[in-house]
Amino acid sequence: MTTLQRDQDLSVPRDDGKVRTSRKTWGSLPTGPRRALLLLALVAIWQAYVSISGVNPLLISSPWDVAKALVEGFVEGRLLDATLITLRILLLSMLIGMVIAAVMTTLATWTRIGEDILVLLTSILNPLPSIAILPLAILWFGLNTTALTVVIANAVIWPIAINVSMGFRTVNPTLLAVGRNIGLSGWRLVRDVLVPAALPHTISGLKTGWAFGWRTIIAAELVFGVAGGKGGLGFFINDARYFLRTPEIFAGLVTIALIGIALDLVFSYVEKKTVVKWGMKSGT
Amino acid sequence: MKSQTISKETVDELARDHKPLLSVEHAQIGYVVNGKAHVAVGDASFEVYPGEKIMLLGPSGCGKSTLLKAVAGFIEPFAGNIKLATRDTLVPGPDRAVVFQEFDQLFPWKSVRDNIIYPQRMIGRDKDEAGRRADEYLTLMHLEPAADRYPHQLSGGMKQRVAIARALAMDPAILLMDEPFGALDAQTRSRLQQELNEVAERTGVTILFVTHSIQEAVYVGHRVVVLNNPPSTVVEVVDVRDVHDPADEGFSEAMVHLRSLLSAGDETLSDAAFE
Repeated sequence: MTTLQRDQDLSVPRDDGKVRTSRKTWGSLPTGPRRALLLLALVAIWQAYVSISGVNPLLISSPWDVAKALVEGFVEGRLLDATLITLRILLLSMLIGMVIAAVMTTLATWTRIGEDILVLLTSILNPLPSIAILPLAILWFGLNTTALTVVIANAVIWPIAINVSMGFRTVNPTLLAVGRNIGLSGWRLVRDVLVPAALPHTISGLKTGWAFGWRTIIAAELVFGVAGGKGGLGFFINDARYFLRTPEIFAGLVTIALIGIALDLVFSYVEKKTVVKWGMKSGT
Repeated sequence: MKSQTISKETVDELARDHKPLLSVEHAQIGYVVNGKAHVAVGDASFEVYPGEKIMLLGPSGCGKSTLLKAVAGFIEPFAGNIKLATRDTLVPGPDRAVVFQEFDQLFPWKSVRDNIIYPQRMIGRDKDEAGRRADEYLTLMHLEPAADRYPHQLSGGMKQRVAIARALAMDPAILLMDEPFGALDAQTRSRLQQELNEVAERTGVTILFVTHSIQEAVYVGHRVVVLNNPPSTVVEVVDVRDVHDPADEGFSEAMVHLRSLLSAGDETLSDAAFE
């Protein structure tokens, strides 16, 4: 919480030489309420704009309509189904990506050629937005879930592999020496020393991987939403645009943002319970 | 592996027979960098008897830490023998527990207590026994209040205490200490030297201790093995077991003697540079 530091010294002398006394200010509020208030204000401005300006509701929906569409979408099931489809593909691709990244990282850690291959592949494929290989994936696998999965998996492999192998290569040599000193070798040394010591890098790799995957899947679904006859969130938004159901477009966007935030919170929580608690990474 | 480690009984037996626990015989030790061998220790011979505190003292770069690493089994001598009891010290093992200089030698993901328990579990002790031992050494090193804390919450001095407790809890045949107090402030340093002396007296553990501090060598050690500049040899082994009190005359005499041994090496070096 970097902002807290800024708020600490409230009694700084002003230009006129008088000392400002500390009083209840915006900065002295806790983070939660501060953010909630800002969000509320944002929604209020949005609602006021829509109500007062008389903007075409087909272009901008009011927050109230968006909320209705969101609830309806989940109760009636169309938005819920779309969300589940997207999450299922994302989860599957993440799993595949993580396994491949694990294999590549293992090879890169144990052999020089493995490391060279990983460095080469990452430098080529990591800067490439994964969505760019979608046309190729469609050409190879057709308009189906497989193409999507390949694109998403490609998006997540590289950030994970780079971070994890960096984590393994930068393990504190003293800790390794301690491990060997107490008689650890081979798999035991990997499991009990290398893996926990590389955890900060691993978690940040997974975090980046999920974020990349999430952005890529929405983009890929926008390009072609039909996956196995049913569409995901990207398709849901595009479909809503086609039929001018503007509140649904907004509802879809809100869902995407919420899931993104939720994923981020999960990782922050895991970090708080592990590497931050252990002093291996400072809290954010 | 376990059958190869030196047991407490073996150490007791050696003590009865007045035989050395560790013998370093004409050891030549160094590193290979880019295919070129750099000799740090040219020819070192000395012996460590059970229950002794042997200090390795020498100018920086003389290979005293390298020698300790060879005893620990991290590096192999180019020539000569290093024997623990009758066995070569070829691989690292818990019978030669090492306390390093670096504060980050503790596992950051384990609490202080678990840091002490874990290595004991690895040498085959059951959970209860390891826990009991951990508590014993936590008390011995004045660490009880910190038992459930994580290493990053501790001061440097506390971290080194934990490292010593962890090493001792493994019941090593010999405790290897690589400038363990070198990165501490002067006050903490002398506190820990004193505590180490007390603990060593209580447990009777054998210690091989690397230092560049003459004061530390005299205060902690029984005997001081003095090394000269690389490729180093043992200049002299100085017996300081009868001087403990820094206020004593004998203490400062021992320090003066050690200093003269160390600076003698320096003079040859500067002479060589002039030639």
